Amino acid sequence: MLLETKNLRAGYGQTRVLHGLDFAIEKGSITALLGANGAGKTTTLRALCAMVKTQGEIRFDGASLAGLATEDIVRRGVAHVPDGRGTFLHLSTEENLRLGAYTRRERRTVEADVERMFGYFPRLRERRAQQAGTLSGGEQQMLAVSRALMLAPKLMLLDEPSFGLAPLLVRELFAILREIRSREGVSMLLVEQNAAMALDLADRAYLIETGRVVLQGTSQELKNNDSVRRSYLGY
Amino acid sequence: MSKKFLLLIFLLIAACALPFLVSNYRTFQLTLVLVYAIALLGLNLLTGYSGQISLGHGAFYALGAYCTAILMSKAGLPYWATVPLAGAVCLVAGFLFGLPALRLEGLYLALATFALGVSMPQLLKYHHLEQWTGGVQGIVIEKPNAPFSLPLNPDRWLYFFTLAVAIVMFVLAWNLVRGRVGRALVAIRDQHVAAEAMGVNGALYKSAAFGVSAMYTGVAGALGAIAVQFVAPDSFNVFLSITLLVGVVVGGLASISGALYGALFIQFVPNIADEISKAAPWAIFGVFMLGFVYLMPTGVAGAIRLLSAKRRSP
Amino acid sequence: MDGFLYQVMAGLATGGIYASLALALVMIYQATHLVNFAQGEMAMFSTYLAWSLLEAGMPYWAAFGLTVAISFVLGILIERIVVRPVENAPVLAVVTVFIALLVILNSLAGWIYTYTIKPFPSPFPKEPLFGVHFLSPHELGAICVTLLVLAALYVFFRFTPLGLAMRAAAQNPASARLVGIRVGWMLALGWGLAAAVGAVAGMMVAPIVYLDPNMMSGILLYAFAAALVGGIDSPFGAVIGGFAVGVLENVLGAFVIGNELKLSVALVIIIGVLLVKPSGFFGKVHVSRV
Repeated sequence: MLLETKNLRAGYGQTRVLHGLDFAIEKGSITALLGANGAGKTTTLRALCAMVKTQGEIRFDGASLAGLATEDIVRRGVAHVPDGRGTFLHLSTEENLRLGAYTRRERRTVEADVERMFGYFPRLRERRAQQAGTLSGGEQQMLAVSRALMLAPKLMLLDEPSFGLAPLLVRELFAILREIRSREGVSMLLVEQNAAMALDLADRAYLIETGRVVLQGTSQELKNNDSVRRSYLGY
Repeated sequence: MSKKFLLLIFLLIAACALPFLVSNYRTFQLTLVLVYAIALLGLNLLTGYSGQISLGHGAFYALGAYCTAILMSKAGLPYWATVPLAGAVCLVAGFLFGLPALRLEGLYLALATFALGVSMPQLLKYHHLEQWTGGVQGIVIEKPNAPFSLPLNPDRWLYFFTLAVAIVMFVLAWNLVRGRVGRALVAIRDQHVAAEAMGVNGALYKSAAFGVSAMYTGVAGALGAIAVQFVAPDSFNVFLSITLLVGVVVGGLASISGALYGALFIQFVPNIADEISKAAPWAIFGVFMLGFVYLMPTGVAGAIRLLSAKRRSP
Repeated sequence: MDGFLYQVMAGLATGGIYASLALALVMIYQATHLVNFAQGEMAMFSTYLAWSLLEAGMPYWAAFGLTVAISFVLGILIERIVVRPVENAPVLAVVTVFIALLVILNSLAGWIYTYTIKPFPSPFPKEPLFGVHFLSPHELGAICVTLLVLAALYVFFRFTPLGLAMRAAAQNPASARLVGIRVGWMLALGWGLAAAVGAVAGMMVAPIVYLDPNMMSGILLYAFAAALVGGIDSPFGAVIGGFAVGVLENVLGAFVIGNELKLSVALVIIIGVLLVKPSGFFGKVHVSRV
């Protein structure tokens, strides 16, 4: 198991959002976290990166993440593509990319990685010197994913990558994510409201309601599940 | 409530008895404590209740002081008449300064008032105003005697005069804070957008708060000038404004009793510290400021309130 | 018009110093959204340190370098120890801490070095440099040093990974953490750099105004004015603003309001800018969200 949580609790101030989440991510897999608005999906990703006050156990790559600050968790190999993309709006596209590799020492591999990112997302190469804030939503999403990949992470957390993107773009992005998983072996935890697309991409999925896991299984199992089909897949 | 009232009565009696129990110089120092208390009350109304930071209130103190000095030496007015006049001038000046200043939030307002505080001495030394302000040398004021040939020496008389004014100012502040105005100010301070949505005219209240706060500090300046018998530009530099800030931080924000604690602090600590070295008072002020921000952010008044609350509820 | 040109040139010289201090202010503001009221006193204290080193017999440029290095370290220490606890505190707490710093540094200098005014040497030769006659050698030298420092900073922030990381941390601390940047240390580094720049400014201005614990309060005011004019979050603006304020101060002082009221120029500029164009000429406009 690459990542395991036990009784994960988290919240904002006085409000508790997660009430004891248990889930696990296998190495090399894509896992989806599904649920309605307010279920706690984004909070889960934030909790994994210590961006909110957390209680409970989180084990990553054999070690506990308790008490670590966000930047230390990141340095252990967890890349987080946040909701809203977290782009450095006033820096150029290329600067954004290079920041992703900030913690890496090996110059040459980093350069090669920059080229590889442009390979996945040629549109970014065109805009490399442009201020990142002027990129379209889709391009910023690509940039956010690339930046996360520049970390050479073991695990990538993606918070609603389809948000605000045209369906065609989402399809393109998800295809690239699939390619990235097979080429680079990066495990992924995907938070999505678009359950259909998420289940197509992921191997396993967890359904969260009001801060608790209510259903889990392979994506096929969830696709076949009646209540999931009715509430989240629309048929 | 009655316990508090008894305490107040006791304090009043003690205050009245003090000048007869201590030396003239001590009485003079106590007069200055009252002066500072009034000034701190003013700053507290602005900073504690209205949430606006001023690093330039020394300028209003100076304005009040110079009003008194000029009215007494050039217009020949009696000292007691200059006090309300100084207050009125500062009320208007403060209100006028507050009108544009209220566009500025927190740090920016602090910056603007800091600039005011730093440039005040230069303004006072301006040679075109010299015939009024006395330039670098300033103006000397005569010490008033007790009226109606009361058997009080000048120091004691001045103390009681200042005490009387102080009581009036404290009662006024108490009423302001407890009433509609006070609540409006707190609402503006804590959530100004919501306050506006509820119909509180933020701009008006904020400017008014500035005006009233300046008035208090101006009255303090006037009384201070009479007590010290002297005004000169260099006594009103930015360090005066900082002294007032120290008083508010130490005494406690949004508190009327805090003004008294703060005043005692800023009057007596430098006296003690001066024995050590010329630079010591400010070093001590600085350390105390840090200490209070880190350890006792609500000041002495706040700490006392906390303690008494703890004792009441076991 | 000869006098006018001289005032402009002299204004550029002092303007360079305002620009340096304004840049230090902007660096800290960009990273923390806080105005460091103690910037002037930090620079003053650094200059006194240099004075001590010089008195001990150290050659000028060695003392200069050592002072800059020590100031850098002191800046980091101040951020980690004094400022960090109040980074997210209410504004009054932060302002009080900065003012406390101002006051402590000022009185420390007064206590250690006394309040007697001291001369501070200029490293530049007495004869006019490059045959330039409308500026004293020191003024010319000060401008050169200022421009060098500014250029070095520009190169650092624009072209080095650390500079990029600092910019990122200042603009978007949350995202910066997500790429592994230790935002806290970036802030400390910013303070260190600001302190170092301030030290340079102090050492450049001391030969002109003479060393005394209160030498920086007026200059700080001009630096505030410069930073506001340029835009409190724009380093480029701070530099332009510095030179502009320097020239304005000199020209107005010489021809319009007299030298006595020069400080009021700063006051008027500050209040004027805050009222009319609070984001300055090169800064970003801030929308306050409910």
